[in-house]
Amino acid sequence: MESHLISNGIVLVMLFGTAATIWAVRRSRLWSSAFVSLWHRRRLALLVTAVYVGVALLDSVAWVGGDSLGGDTVSLHEARSVIDRVFGGSQEKSYSAPLATTEFYGGRGLRYPGGHWLGTDMIGRDVFYLTLKGARVALLIGGLTSLIAIPLALLFGISAGYFGGRIDDVVFFLMTTLASMPGLLLLIALIMVMGKSTLAVCVALAVTGWVGFCRVSRGETLKLRELEFVSAARALGVSEFQILTRHILPNLMHLVIITFVLMFSGLVLSEAILSWLGIGVDGSWGQMIDQARNELSRDPIVWWNIAASGAALFGLILAVNFVGDALRDVLDPRTVKDEK
Amino acid sequence: MGAYVIRRLGYGAIVVFGVLFLLFILFFTVTSPDDIARKALGERVPPAVVEQWKINHGYDKPLFPAPGQWADNMLVEHYRRMLTFDFGRSDADDTPILERIRKGMGPSLALTIPLFVLSLLVAIPLALLVAFFRETYIDRAGVILAVLAMSVSVLLYIIGAQYLVGKVLHWFPISGFDSNPQVVVRFLALPIMIGVANGLGGDIRFYRTVFLEESNTDYVRTARAKGCGEVRIMSRHVFRNSLIPLLTRIVVAIPFLFTGSLLLESFFGIPGLGAITVDAIQGNDFSVLRTMVYIGSLLFVVGQILTDLSYALVDPRVRLE
Repeated sequence: MESHLISNGIVLVMLFGTAATIWAVRRSRLWSSAFVSLWHRRRLALLVTAVYVGVALLDSVAWVGGDSLGGDTVSLHEARSVIDRVFGGSQEKSYSAPLATTEFYGGRGLRYPGGHWLGTDMIGRDVFYLTLKGARVALLIGGLTSLIAIPLALLFGISAGYFGGRIDDVVFFLMTTLASMPGLLLLIALIMVMGKSTLAVCVALAVTGWVGFCRVSRGETLKLRELEFVSAARALGVSEFQILTRHILPNLMHLVIITFVLMFSGLVLSEAILSWLGIGVDGSWGQMIDQARNELSRDPIVWWNIAASGAALFGLILAVNFVGDALRDVLDPRTVKDEK
Repeated sequence: MGAYVIRRLGYGAIVVFGVLFLLFILFFTVTSPDDIARKALGERVPPAVVEQWKINHGYDKPLFPAPGQWADNMLVEHYRRMLTFDFGRSDADDTPILERIRKGMGPSLALTIPLFVLSLLVAIPLALLVAFFRETYIDRAGVILAVLAMSVSVLLYIIGAQYLVGKVLHWFPISGFDSNPQVVVRFLALPIMIGVANGLGGDIRFYRTVFLEESNTDYVRTARAKGCGEVRIMSRHVFRNSLIPLLTRIVVAIPFLFTGSLLLESFFGIPGLGAITVDAIQGNDFSVLRTMVYIGSLLFVVGQILTDLSYALVDPRVRLE
């Protein structure tokens, strides 16, 4: 199993990507002023989002070896992330309340009295640890899905808008057909036929999610195609491919950013629903909520599991929603209408 | 008008054909009939049993048309069954699917119609109010509350309200259903309230945007300039002219009332179509799932046609030709 190496590689690529983006943003007046005004409007939301991303990155860097705190030898031979190492081996046997010194039922002593800030779940795992690990899953769902859906939507949207004719007819038919299938039902059908896995969930979310952005980028391309600078480029003999990459695509970038942020929260919330239906991604907050739903009917009730995962989910979605709103105001003065 | 309706219906039919093709790809090629049989029977059954199961459930034909067999294959069979509403039997428990759908529709409608009407009655006046106080603290607080409400997962609404109202306050039963209308009100009250609360944030934000866009138009300024009161402007000018974008959202939602709400129904034990779908997911019941997606899509296409026709009713500028 070399999956931790892939994960490390992705972290590295992301860090390089971030550095390249910062460099590009600083060079462009438009983007740097947009960022500055976003920072002034939504400082807190940006910081909260950054914390989630930071936790997710810490959970993505993993390596084999080092000492095992709990003293179990199995974990010595598997890759563990930074987060795993911080919480290494803090395993109990059953429920315990936040900061408790004894087990919740029965009152036996804990191995780490007072060490579980948010308590432990049914099989004694630290809830704070699980909640932190959920950040990586949530960002993976949002990120991977957008990585599939947005290029797909751009490809279809731009070619339909720019070339028109038959291509437009085909793309338009494809969009209408997919848009005519109720989102949640199509999502379920896709995951059921592909089998339950993280990739299947992301592909299914992408298939149901790309249509909205495809429609936006097609419309915008239709508008751009008629503008003077595109006509000028065509008159000067610039190739079609260069017109698309140099003149059309950069003018769609602000829509890409806005769509990415606005889509993100919807994707994470959809995954929570899928988890509840039993076809979500392992380790997500949705799954924690699903596992905790019967805990409220216990007596005395176990509330920390659902409170922790629910609050973590709410915090991320809220921060991203606020950033998305402000981003839309900053980047698109005409304000794209709600796509609902 | 007549020609337009016919053309619109024609395009709807093409879309339904596309939907059916996509369903065929998903449910017959991505997951083959053999996979479905093995999921229903278990992995370790002899091939003869799998073949017999496929014959019993009507999966025993070649998938695609071949020379000499243009009519006798799964693709043609799939279109024929779906278009004639001959949905066959469930892959999991052999019950006739059409029968189940007929039974499930009533409970679904009992939940979704009051939910739909109540949502409109709550969200539109609130959005009008927020838009009326635009650029004041009421407006800003309204928008922030709407974003807060939108950021809560529907699961938390359901679990939280079920706990608070059902368990702590004991106002309503936690879950269940009854065919007696007087009893069922008590079962439905809580899911309906949760459904309204869950959609409220997004609805208010959407309607507010629509109303604000309309209040920035020239004729609204003219009305204000000639001394029209703000209340009158909101109700007579802004609201009536916002009907087109409102209809797009509202009429499209009507057909979905039949398919019910997946989450609310299964959480509150309401035996509607949403609960049937959730059972189908848990039981790997592909034929039921396929049928539900098809019915949902069919209703959506109908909804879109209704929307286009309703434009003509509210806006004399829209001519159907």
